[in-house]
Amino acid sequence: MSSIPTELHYTKEHEWVAGVDDGLTLTVGITAYASESLGDVVYVQVPEVGVTVAAGDAVGEVESTKSVSDIYAPVGGEVVEVNAAVVDDPSLINSDPYGEGWLFRVRLDGEAADLLSAEEYTALTSGES
Amino acid sequence: MPRPTPLRGVHTSLGATLTDFAGWLMPLRYGSESAEHNAVRRAAGLFDLSHMGEIFVTGPQAGHALDYALVGHLSVLEPGRARYTMIVNSRGGVLDDLIVYRLAPEEFMVVANASNYPAVAARLTERAKGFDAVVEDRSEQYALVAVQGPRSQEILAALTDADLDGLKYYAGLPATVAGRRALIARTGYTGEDGFELFVAGDDAEPLWTALTEAGAPHGLCPAGLSARDTLRLEAGMPLYGNELSTAVTPFDAGLGRVVKFDKPGDFVGRAALEPLKDVSPARRLTGLVAAGRRVPRRGYPVVLTGGGSTVVGEVTSGAPSQSLGRPIAMAYVDTAATGQELAVDIRGRHEPVEVVDLPFYRRNK
Repeated sequence: MSSIPTELHYTKEHEWVAGVDDGLTLTVGITAYASESLGDVVYVQVPEVGVTVAAGDAVGEVESTKSVSDIYAPVGGEVVEVNAAVVDDPSLINSDPYGEGWLFRVRLDGEAADLLSAEEYTALTSGES
Repeated sequence: MPRPTPLRGVHTSLGATLTDFAGWLMPLRYGSESAEHNAVRRAAGLFDLSHMGEIFVTGPQAGHALDYALVGHLSVLEPGRARYTMIVNSRGGVLDDLIVYRLAPEEFMVVANASNYPAVAARLTERAKGFDAVVEDRSEQYALVAVQGPRSQEILAALTDADLDGLKYYAGLPATVAGRRALIARTGYTGEDGFELFVAGDDAEPLWTALTEAGAPHGLCPAGLSARDTLRLEAGMPLYGNELSTAVTPFDAGLGRVVKFDKPGDFVGRAALEPLKDVSPARRLTGLVAAGRRVPRRGYPVVLTGGGSTVVGEVTSGAPSQSLGRPIAMAYVDTAATGQELAVDIRGRHEPVEVVDLPFYRRNK
């Protein structure tokens, strides 16, 4: 089990959110736990820049050899940037889920609610494994 | 709790992701399933297949009992050879697909799928009544290890004196491998050359270790069920539970050739299957290649591209294909839709697919 970065926030859908503490634009990706359970990611679809999403919306999908999962917007706001590199090379989600494997950035509209701390997320995933 | 195979300890020490498959705790993958897939295509992969069932049919009329019980003509099989065949019910529905090895004139080994072998053993026992033959499920005694891929022969040759050059595809011979008694069969489920080694459960781990060592210089790596599934899909091989079930006949699956109507005597399923042999089935197992990158998966509807999205079929297996670089699928498609533009309804969006002949992948011989 890879270690869970403590500076990030998390969702029950195994996504991570960066930048919650300082700001306006949050970065979203999927956790190492999720990428390990998926296996080799072969396709990722991210939302389009400019769309407005609400927390909990299904905004994309990530496919591996064996399965497909939805990507959810962990917070509401406008999608301001997407990671073109991960669309070209979805294996970045496996090799560097918290870094080069990021998926999209959202300009926060309102507050980031119901996110988990690293500690809470660790507890969640150790319960599942 | 799923049952472990004799190689459970090996899988755990290799860090495998384990999964419950048909009641067995099996390795899904050891690392990257794409890397495992590619290793089998380019070098070799090592598989634990100990979940498969081994049912022995012995006695003076063993061959005739199998002629009655199965759709194939097994009594004419030469000792040392094997056949791909099926067991069907009286309606012609597929109960399982099988490989039958004739080990000796009066000894056959029927290899059945993990999910089916207790039922297959029961049916064989029932159908062998009245024949001078004994049916015995020896699955508990056997482990099965497979080496698959173009380097398989070189790897195995380092561990046995058996004449591998003389061992044809779909043949088997008893031999010693790494000092252990084994039945070496030149069979597989990957579309590559390769061998399946039937050994006693206690011999599985030493054999695995010896193969791992002998294979290291050749690029052999352990491969899990995930790679096995994409390999067999590319090779157009059916999986029981996906392409095969009691709801389909061998003809629906494009495997009518395994039904041997010209063998003497009756067999279970003959009356139901005979009228189907010269007619086109209402639906047919079809190969699909997706135009885009989203993967058609099991259960997704196949639809006509034009004309109101009429559903004309259903995907039975689908996966991203390493060898083609695009997603592939097998699906049952209405014969009436032949020649029409098709799409697969992938979670609400219609993704165009191209109909291709099976298999998707054929190795260079």
